Amino acid sequence: MAKPELVEMTPDQKKAQRARNVAIALALVAFVVIVYVGTWAKLGANILARPL
Amino acid sequence: MAISEESTATLVSSAMPRDYFDLLKPRVMALVVFTAFVGLYVAPGNLSPALSFIAVLAIAIGAGASGALNMWYDADIDAVMGRTAERPIPSGRVSAQETLTFALILSIFSVATLGVLINWLSAALLAFTIFFYAVVYTMWLKRWTPQNIVIGGAAGAIPPVIGWTSVTGTFALEPFILFLIIFLWTPPHFWALALFKSADYGRAGVPMMPNVAGNASTQRQIFIYSVLLALSGMLPFVLGYNGPAYAAAAAILGGVFVWRAWEVNLMDPQDTKMIKAKQLFGYSIVYLFALFAVLLAERVVMDLM
Repeated sequence: MAKPELVEMTPDQKKAQRARNVAIALALVAFVVIVYVGTWAKLGANILARPL
Repeated sequence: MAISEESTATLVSSAMPRDYFDLLKPRVMALVVFTAFVGLYVAPGNLSPALSFIAVLAIAIGAGASGALNMWYDADIDAVMGRTAERPIPSGRVSAQETLTFALILSIFSVATLGVLINWLSAALLAFTIFFYAVVYTMWLKRWTPQNIVIGGAAGAIPPVIGWTSVTGTFALEPFILFLIIFLWTPPHFWALALFKSADYGRAGVPMMPNVAGNASTQRQIFIYSVLLALSGMLPFVLGYNGPAYAAAAAILGGVFVWRAWEVNLMDPQDTKMIKAKQLFGYSIVYLFALFAVLLAERVVMDLM
């Protein structure tokens, strides 16, 4: 069986990929916080006023 | 078979988060954040600090996304201009495809967030701003007419209006005055730059005013717009939104602007050093920040008293 073609990343590329991953994670967490806080700020206690 | 290091350079990105941040034109974004906040603050009504923060952030990211769309479309121009050759795409740090994806995702999320959490008029205005800057200005006007930055300036002037509508949900005259000030500020600001960068624009084939109408005509037009700008800067006082402190500051700031523009007008069109144009360009940035800062500061003081 032929060996799969693998891309060997340079240390710089690995470092950059890790930094990008962290940045994307932080952006996603920030977005979750924004939606959560924004929902409370917009609706306040009315957040519970919904048909069950 | 392992692919050699050289060929992976094109396959594997080594872009850092900072490169993506640079795609958002951070310095333009700073102006957007500031003017949007001023529009938001002076609007009547109350928006909680959390929602105010979210509104300004969404406006800033939407504006940043339009900047990234601009860099995606204009990478060919940016590559041949000294001022922009080091931007992420022409320097090879981020690919055009990655930039487009990044910009579209940020556009969609910023508009949707503003719409869901603030109101849909503001979201529609933000979407319009992105469309106007990316499509009307970048794709159409920029390469076609020397009035490119005059008309395109509308995109940069809308943020305070979005700040206002984020609070009120409706239009009014006051945010339009803020729009007008930034709109009239854009031509002298950009043409001062175009004067001393005309060789760059000429090489890129962008029909800026100095390249099309010549330096002398541009210098005259800079002066005319500067007078209109200084007058529009007085409108917040004339219309009663702001008081004497603002009036005094606007008169001084505007007076210096007109005086510097007059010096540009007197410049020899053959001048290659363009010192007066560079001075006006630098001052124009100080002017806009200072004018909005004074406008805001006076309103804060008025609210406290």
